[in-house]
Amino acid sequence: MSALLEVDDLRVNFPTRTGLVQAVRGVSFSLGRERLGIVGESGSGKSQTGRAIMGLTPPQAEVTAKKLAFDGIDLLAAPARQRRALRGKRIAMILQDPKYSLDPVMSIGRQIVETLRTHEKVGKAEARDRALAMLEAVQIRDPARVFDLHPHEVSGGMGQRAMIAMMLIAGPEMMIADEPTSALDVTVQLDVLGILDKLVSERGMGLIFISHDLRLVSSFCDRVIVMYAGKVVEQLKASELRDAQHPYTRGLLNCMPRIGFERHPLPVLDRKPEWAA
Amino acid sequence: MSAEAIQTRRDWLLSDRPASRMQARLGRAYVAWRRFSANPLAFVGLLIIIGLLVVAAFADVLAPYSPTIGDLKGSRLLAPSAAHWFGTDDLGRDIYSRIIYGSRWTLYVVILVAIIAAPIGLLVGTVAGYAGGWTDAILMRITDIFLAFPKLILALAFVAALGPGIENAVLAIAITSWPPYARIARAETLTVRNSDYIKAVQLMGASPFRIVLRHIMPLCISSLIIRVTLDMAGIILTAAGLGFLGLGAQPPLPEWGAMIASGRRFVLDQWWVAGAPGFAILIVSLGFNLLGDGLRDALDPRSGDQ
Amino acid sequence: MSAAENQVAARRGSARAVTVLSAIGRFLVIAITTYLGLLAVTFFIGRVIPIDPVLAVLGDRAPANVVERTRREMGLDLPLIEQFYIYVKNALNGDFGTSVLTTNPVMTDIRRAFPATIELATLGTLIGSVIGVPLGVLAAVRRGSLIDQIVRIIGLIGYSVPIFWLGLLGLVLFYAKLQWVAFPARLDVVYEYTFTPITGFYLLDAAMQGQWDVFYDAFRHIILPASLLGYFSLAYISRMTRSFMLNELSQEYIVAARAKGLSERRIIWAHALRNAAVPMVTVIALSYAGLLEGSVLTETVFSWPGIGLYITNSLQNADMNAVLGGTIVIGSVFIAINLFSDLLYRVLDPRTKAG
Ligand SMILES: Nc1ncnc2c1ncn2[C@@H]1O[C@H](COP(=O)(O)OP(=O)(O)OP(=O)(O)O)[C@@H](O)[C@H]1O
Ligand SMILES: [Mg+2]
Repeated sequence: MSALLEVDDLRVNFPTRTGLVQAVRGVSFSLGRERLGIVGESGSGKSQTGRAIMGLTPPQAEVTAKKLAFDGIDLLAAPARQRRALRGKRIAMILQDPKYSLDPVMSIGRQIVETLRTHEKVGKAEARDRALAMLEAVQIRDPARVFDLHPHEVSGGMGQRAMIAMMLIAGPEMMIADEPTSALDVTVQLDVLGILDKLVSERGMGLIFISHDLRLVSSFCDRVIVMYAGKVVEQLKASELRDAQHPYTRGLLNCMPRIGFERHPLPVLDRKPEWAA
Repeated sequence: MSAEAIQTRRDWLLSDRPASRMQARLGRAYVAWRRFSANPLAFVGLLIIIGLLVVAAFADVLAPYSPTIGDLKGSRLLAPSAAHWFGTDDLGRDIYSRIIYGSRWTLYVVILVAIIAAPIGLLVGTVAGYAGGWTDAILMRITDIFLAFPKLILALAFVAALGPGIENAVLAIAITSWPPYARIARAETLTVRNSDYIKAVQLMGASPFRIVLRHIMPLCISSLIIRVTLDMAGIILTAAGLGFLGLGAQPPLPEWGAMIASGRRFVLDQWWVAGAPGFAILIVSLGFNLLGDGLRDALDPRSGDQ
Repeated sequence: MSAAENQVAARRGSARAVTVLSAIGRFLVIAITTYLGLLAVTFFIGRVIPIDPVLAVLGDRAPANVVERTRREMGLDLPLIEQFYIYVKNALNGDFGTSVLTTNPVMTDIRRAFPATIELATLGTLIGSVIGVPLGVLAAVRRGSLIDQIVRIIGLIGYSVPIFWLGLLGLVLFYAKLQWVAFPARLDVVYEYTFTPITGFYLLDAAMQGQWDVFYDAFRHIILPASLLGYFSLAYISRMTRSFMLNELSQEYIVAARAKGLSERRIIWAHALRNAAVPMVTVIALSYAGLLEGSVLTETVFSWPGIGLYITNSLQNADMNAVLGGTIVIGSVFIAINLFSDLLYRVLDPRTKAG
């Protein structure tokens, strides 16, 4: 199986007034039609990795890589037009909080239709039908009603489903989900994850699932990358997580609360500068 | 001083673990100063204001002629020349000298308005914010009512009733410009009212009067200064407008707005009579605007580019 | 949809109904107190500050019997609070007394002058928004570039320049030297007699009657003062547009829009500006109100027969009834625009819309 996405030595730097911030420092991995989890603590560079792949890093950021290729297309060499055509059409991304990542003054339906009509020549009526079908696919019960609602009129869970619908409607082959459920209530989290899981496997998409919840990632993904301070410290199969070698990964594992075990004092995550070196 | 010493002093100032309150304060000031001086436009503003102060202070030395007594016979409405840089007006007075003396009246107006309006706003805002409840509701309603008025027209009506004159113009402008200061002071008060620091002072038995005066008001000062600086240009323009309508400074005071008014009659032929004082107003207002913008960006990074 | 989600939606619905009612109540309280405040201040200016309000109204050359009669008419023998009550009642009926200068009721004069002021301020705001909004958008999108700096400087000068002075210079250049525009007035004298206005907005009236020569003449008279006012509103509008756009462009939904593959054009105009438009309405309304206020100075410079000129002419003649009447009318419109923009904000922003 040839890889859908190949990343070799990806770096993202931010020149700032106080010096260079190295957000991502040499990340390498490849992705097939599988689910890859990226975990790490806050600020470890997960989102910047995802955004660099999408081409959505802020303009002042410097992105370099030995190789950054999607389906054989060299992303860093591709002209802006081509990259834009890829976004939404072949590579999609779900953001963390639907409250902020949906346009507040545009109805949900129009936002979904907008993605479709950007990438395909379809008439108004057909676009509407397909958007409704997509809303149904993300298990929204009354699509025709939700179609005309504005983002503030729906709950977080529904907003995130609308977001998934908006990003999947053009049929992308790869999806980056950046903490898609972190902003949701626990009860709703599982619903949304279930929907995402189903759609991804039905459509045979590649998925990069970013999270800081190691347990979630290991139950949801095939493979896991552990990041620390902009670097990959360990890469392993989700099923082999228990045998993780790296002390940082072990630390993350130990920090996870488990029902039935009372632990005092709470463990503190170890951080050693040499891991980042 | 060696480069090393400078380096360590800088580190000391920028330390994220200041050892004393003094160090923290100096560090903050240093950061603000660096941000301020990195902004060339703000610096230009500062220079303009310093220039204004210098000119006002040394007007006697700088002005080549008297600002009020002119040569009616020989030098009426002369065009700009080496002898009269900005020409002369209809009474034969040297416009350059009048503009130099006029800087004093500009300063007079802005300083007096600031001295009257800022404390009113500070008092209303802090009392409203600290007292809360009905006091707050009523004081803020009054503030908002004043905020919804057209300031210039109201100032105009005030002066019309009080009688023309620069003191009355100052009073009228002050009466119409305190509301924003009250809003700012109230907002600041609300953020500190429930802080542990104020709680501790309360526990020590300080009276509300003392708390507002000694502990809350000082905290509002810096944002108030920014706002007052930003308002200075508006104050100057309003005062000049009143002067232009004949309601502000009266002849023969060399107030810039009144000078434009008196030059208006000849503007089509002798444009410099009205031209020069207007330019002076523009430069000084611009200076205050640039300075205010710079101060805001330096002291309040949140509002950064907005 | 899960049960929990339904419940949340239902709770939001009922909360919104309460919000709408209390919002209307709040609006009324604000509107009424603000108007009363305006009347209280003008009452204070007209009746409390002057040592003898009758003299302030009539001037000091009025005969004694007229003074005495006016004193009684003004109710000056009554307690202040009662005087205020009568004052408010009269003001609400549009009765601001008689102008000494024109001997007309002040309201009659104002009604005649009002359209001139509105026409000027409207055209000014139109010019300011049509140029200011795109400039602000451009400055935000090309943040830090040369164009951003230029827009910033244009704005700063607009904030700093005395409007009456710029008007005078404009007259020197465009009227006296270049002769591009007509002299300060509303129309050439020849048309004063051949043209009968309908609405009082001359451009509109001339166009409606197909009198294109009048239209052209009116245009040549209004264009300079309107451009001047337009520059002031442009300074304010472009600066605020830039700031709102920068704020919108840094939001997450812009990242999402990019992730969808939308073009920058569409992101800027259909998403960011559409969101910024909500607060922009307030800004444009405020700048309109500001131009009404600025009319006092502009109209004086351009001999524009609006309320501003009416006020300043009355000032010169110590005609307090006229001054305060004009103040109340401009103040009322100013306040109304303020309130209206607040309402419009709620209507435009779906987050605050009822239902
Ligand atoms: N615009 C920027 N300028 C400078 N540094 C930045 C910028 N954006 C991000 N960074 C830095 O990049 C690093 C990585 O950020 P990133 O958002 O990828 O973290 P993350 O792993 O997604 O964290 P989280 O779990 O909090 O989302 C952070 O240390 C952050 O400070
Ligand atoms: Mg992140």
